[in-house]
Amino acid sequence: MAQANTRTLTIVFMVALVGLALFPLTGSVFYQQLLTKVMILSIFAMSLDLLIGYTGLVSLGHAAFFGLAGYALALIQPKYDPMSIFITLPAALAICAVFALITGALVLRTRGIYFIMVTLAFAQMVYFVFHDTALGGGSDGLYLNNKPLVGWGEVKLLDLDNRTTLYYLVLVLMVVIYLLLRRVLDSRFGRALQGIRVNEHRMRAIGFPVMRYQLGVYVLAGVLAGLAGYLSAAQFGFVNPEIISWHQSGAVMMMVILGGMGTLSGSIIGAFVFVLLEEFFKDDTIFGVLARHWQLLMGIIIVGVACFLPRGLVGLAGGHRSTADAMPDKRDD
Amino acid sequence: MDHLAPILIQVLNGLQYGLLLFLVASGLTLIFGIMGVINLAHGSFYMIGAYFAWSLASYFGNLLTAIVVGIVLSVLLGLALERLLIRHFYGRDHLYQVLLTYGLILIFEQLRSLIWGDEVQGVKVPELFNHSIALTDTLSYPVYRLVISAACVAIALGLHWLIRHTRLGMMIRAGAHNREMTEAMGINVRMLFAVVFSLGVALAALAGMLAAPVSSVYPNMGSQVLIICFVVVVIGGIGSVKGALVGALLIGLADTFGQVYLPQLAGMVVYLLMAAVLVFRPEGLFRKT
Amino acid sequence: MSHTHTPSNTSIDALPATPVSRRRFLSLSGGVAAGTALSAPFVQAQPAKIKVGMMLPATGTFASLGTAITNGFRMAVAERGGKLGSREIEYFAVDDESNPAKAPENTNRLVQRDKVDVLVGTVHSGVALGMAKIAKETGTLLLIPNAGADDITGPMCSPNIFRTSFSNWQPVHPLGKVMAERGHKTAVWISWKYAAGDESGRSFKEGFEKTGGKVVKELGLPFPNVEFQPLLAEIAAIKPDAVACFFAGAGAAKFISDYAAAGLKDKIPLYGSGFLTDGVLQAVQPQAQGLMTTLHYADSLPSKRDQEFRLAYAKQFKMQPDVYAVQGYDTGLLLAQAMDSVKGDFGNKAALIKAMEGVKIDSPRGAWTMSKEHNPTQDIYLRKVEGEQNKFVSVAWKALADPGRGCRMA
Repeated sequence: MAQANTRTLTIVFMVALVGLALFPLTGSVFYQQLLTKVMILSIFAMSLDLLIGYTGLVSLGHAAFFGLAGYALALIQPKYDPMSIFITLPAALAICAVFALITGALVLRTRGIYFIMVTLAFAQMVYFVFHDTALGGGSDGLYLNNKPLVGWGEVKLLDLDNRTTLYYLVLVLMVVIYLLLRRVLDSRFGRALQGIRVNEHRMRAIGFPVMRYQLGVYVLAGVLAGLAGYLSAAQFGFVNPEIISWHQSGAVMMMVILGGMGTLSGSIIGAFVFVLLEEFFKDDTIFGVLARHWQLLMGIIIVGVACFLPRGLVGLAGGHRSTADAMPDKRDD
Repeated sequence: MDHLAPILIQVLNGLQYGLLLFLVASGLTLIFGIMGVINLAHGSFYMIGAYFAWSLASYFGNLLTAIVVGIVLSVLLGLALERLLIRHFYGRDHLYQVLLTYGLILIFEQLRSLIWGDEVQGVKVPELFNHSIALTDTLSYPVYRLVISAACVAIALGLHWLIRHTRLGMMIRAGAHNREMTEAMGINVRMLFAVVFSLGVALAALAGMLAAPVSSVYPNMGSQVLIICFVVVVIGGIGSVKGALVGALLIGLADTFGQVYLPQLAGMVVYLLMAAVLVFRPEGLFRKT
Repeated sequence: MSHTHTPSNTSIDALPATPVSRRRFLSLSGGVAAGTALSAPFVQAQPAKIKVGMMLPATGTFASLGTAITNGFRMAVAERGGKLGSREIEYFAVDDESNPAKAPENTNRLVQRDKVDVLVGTVHSGVALGMAKIAKETGTLLLIPNAGADDITGPMCSPNIFRTSFSNWQPVHPLGKVMAERGHKTAVWISWKYAAGDESGRSFKEGFEKTGGKVVKELGLPFPNVEFQPLLAEIAAIKPDAVACFFAGAGAAKFISDYAAAGLKDKIPLYGSGFLTDGVLQAVQPQAQGLMTTLHYADSLPSKRDQEFRLAYAKQFKMQPDVYAVQGYDTGLLLAQAMDSVKGDFGNKAALIKAMEGVKIDSPRGAWTMSKEHNPTQDIYLRKVEGEQNKFVSVAWKALADPGRGCRMA
C-alpha cells in the first residue's frame, strides 16, 4: 500500500515537472516570475529540511544565509558592469560557509529551546549589520544593476536578462539539488544524521563525532540557503534587510513542515502550496475586505498544520516515510 | 561629581529599561522552564496588554482600573488559550510549538487590526504621577518611570515569594523537574500548567499596560520586545526567574551604554553580549528555579 | 487600442422601409453620409480605460497614510468628472505590506499581471525603491506620492519616475536657517539610524552650518527602537542651544512625550522635521504645544485653495486631510494635467513625460513645479503646534528644490 502510494507520488511529481518545464509556453510573464520565485524558495526550504527534518536542528535563523549571499552578490558585483557568475557565486557561497562555520561552532553548543533562540538571535545580528550600517545601503537596500554573467569576459553561455532562461536555470538547479541531496541523505552521512536526530547520546556513545557531523550539515544547509538567496537577488535585482527578517525564517520553516519535513520533496511541495495559498488569500474577488487581513487566514492554516498535520501534506498522502514518524527518544532539555 | 552624574543617570536608565524587560521575560522563562513550551507569541501578549490599557482606560477614565480589569482579562485569555491549544503541545517537539505560536502571532496581529485599528494611540499618565523630579539643572526624571520600576521590583519580589515560599511554588518547581513523579504524587499538573501559562500571559500583558503611557500603543509593538526577551532568557538561563532578572538588567545596561558610547554597534550590542555569554555558559548564567 | 463603436443612428435598420426614388435615395445617402461625418468622433469613441495601479499600505502602521493618499487621488480625479484627459479610469490595488523584500513581486502583480499603465505608490522608501527598479526595467510610468528616499531623484532617477511629495533632504533643510535666525548657535541632531533619518540629518547639518551654526553632536538609535532615555540624558549633559530631530509615527509621539517628561522642553527648545508632529497630536497634545517644525504643508495655510480643499475633503471623507492626502491629491492633479496636455493620448510616452516635467500644480499646499530630477520644487513652511493643529507661521523657504545629487538625467 505504501509502495503504491510512493509510486503514485513519483508519477505525480514527474507530471508536475513536465508541467513546470512547459509552463513558459503559456506566455504569462507574472506567473512565470512567480514560479521562478517559488522554485528558488524550494531550494531554500530543502536546505532547511536538512537541518529540521533530518538532523533535528530547529533553526529559526536560516534567513541569515539567504540574505548574506544576496548582499554578497550585490556588493561584490561592480556597480555598472556585470561580473562572471563563476566569481560571484563561489564568493557568496564561501561567505555563507564561513559564517555557518563560525556561528555553527557557537550555536551547536546549545540544545533544544536554546538552539532555536540562539539561531534567531544570530540572524538578527546579521539583520542589524545590514540595516544599521552603511555597508549595504541601510534600510533602503541595494540595487543590482546587472544580472550575473553566466560566462567569462566576452563569452556568454546563458543570458540571464531573458527571464525564461533564468526560469529554466532555476528549474534545473532545483532538480539537481534535490537529486544530489537525496544521494547525500541516503548515504552513510545521511543515516548518521538521522541517528543523531533520534538519539544523540547513543551516537556519541558509539563513537560518532557528533559535533563534526552537525557542523558539516549546518554548513551544507547554510551554503544551499545562500544559493537560493543568490538566485533571488539575481532574479529581482534588489536586496533589502527585510529578506533577513525573522518572518522570512518563520515562513520557510512553515513551508518545510507544511509539505512534510524529512522528505525533501515535501519542502518543494510546501513552498508551492505556501505561496499559492498566499496568492489565494490575497485575492479580493474571493475574500473581499478580508483579503487585506490574509495573514489571519494564513495564521489559522499554520495553527491548523501544527495541530493536525504534523507529517505535512506528503504524510497526508501516505508517501515517503517522513522522519516526523521517528520522533526523538527523549527531549534534551 | 559632574562626570559621575551622567553615568549614574545612564545606570538609572539602564536599570529601568531592564526591569520592564524582566517583567516580560519572567513570563517567558516560566513558560519555557516549567512547561517546556517555547512561546513566540509572548510579544503579542505585551501588545494586547497595551491595547487593553488604551481601550479600558478610555472607557473607565483612569489607568488603575484599566490595569486591574486588564489583568483579569489577560488571565482569562491565558486560560482559554492553554485549554484550547497549548495543552495539546506539551511534550511535542519544539518545532511544532514554534509553528503554533508563530501562527498565533499572525492571528493576534490581524485581530488587533480588526478590533482596535491601526492608528497610533496614547494613554495618559495618571495625574498622581504626572510630574518629574529634577536630577541635574537640565535633566528631570519622570516620576511615572520610577513607579514602573517600583512595580517591577515589587512583582519580582512577589514572584520570588511565590516560587520559594508557597505551596503553589513548590508544586511549580516539582512539576518543572519531574512531571511524572509530580503527577504520581497526586498533584494536578494539568491545572498547574494552566496556572503557570496564565501567569506568564498576565505578566507580559501587565508589562504592556504599565508601559503604555510611556511607549504609545501601535501595531507590531510586540515584535521588538519579543526578540530582546529571548536574548534575556538565553543569557539568564531557561526557567530561572533570577536569571531573567540578571539577564534583563545586564541587557538594559548594555543597551543603554551601547547607545551612548558605541552608537554604530548599538543594534548589535545585545547579541554580542549573548554570544559572549554562550561561549562560557551555553546553558545561561543560572540553572532552573 | 480603441474599439470601434457603431452608433445605432446609422444602422441600416433605422432607414425607412419604403420604396425610394433616386432623389430620395440621394438625399438619404447624403443624410447618412452627413450623419456619419458628424458622428465620426463617436465612432472613435470609448477609448480604452487608463489602468491605474495603486500600491500602498493597506494594513499595519502606515495603513492610514495609504488611505489618505488614495482618498486624495480619487478626489482629484472625481473633480474632473472621473476622467483623465477624457479617458475613464480602471483602478487596481495591491497592498505593499510595508515590506521591501516583497516589493518587486508585488509591483509585478500590477505591471505584469494587471498590465497597468500607471503605477502609484508608495509610503515606505524601501518598498518604493523596489517599485522603481521594476518601473525602470519595464518603462512603466511611476508616480510616488510619499516615499522620500533621496536616491529616487538622485542616482536612481529615471525619465518615467516622478515624485509629488518631497525628498528626505527637503522638509528639514530650512530648519537650520530658522533655528539660526532664532539665535541658536549650537544644536544636537537626533534621529533613527536608517535612510530617512540619515538623509534628513545630512540635510539639516548642511543647512544649519551654512548659516554659521554648529551641530555639536549627532545622536542616533537603531530603528525602530523607542527607548530614548539614554540619549535624552546625553542631550542634557551636552547642553546645546537647541535640538533638531527627525521622527515619525509612534516613535515621534513617544519622543515628544519623553522629551517633555525629561524636563528638557522648557530648557532646550526642540525643533524637527514636520513629520514629528504630523498625525500624532491626538496622542501627545499637551506635551507638543509650541513645537516648531518645517514641512511642505501646514494646517492653516492662508490660502483659499487650501481652505476649499480641506472643506471638500472633510465633507467627503468625514475626516481632516493631512499632508499625505494632499500628496495623493497632487498625484491625481499631475496625472490629470499631463493627460489633458496630450489630449488623452497615453501612448505618446515622450509627450506625456514632457508634459509632466513642465507642469505647474495648483496644489492646496501652494503652487509647485517639477524639478529636473522629477521632484517637487515647493515652498517649505514653518509651523507651530497650537491645540491639535500645526498652525502656519511663515514661509521658511520659497521654492526649495532638491539638489538631485547623482542624478544623470538631462
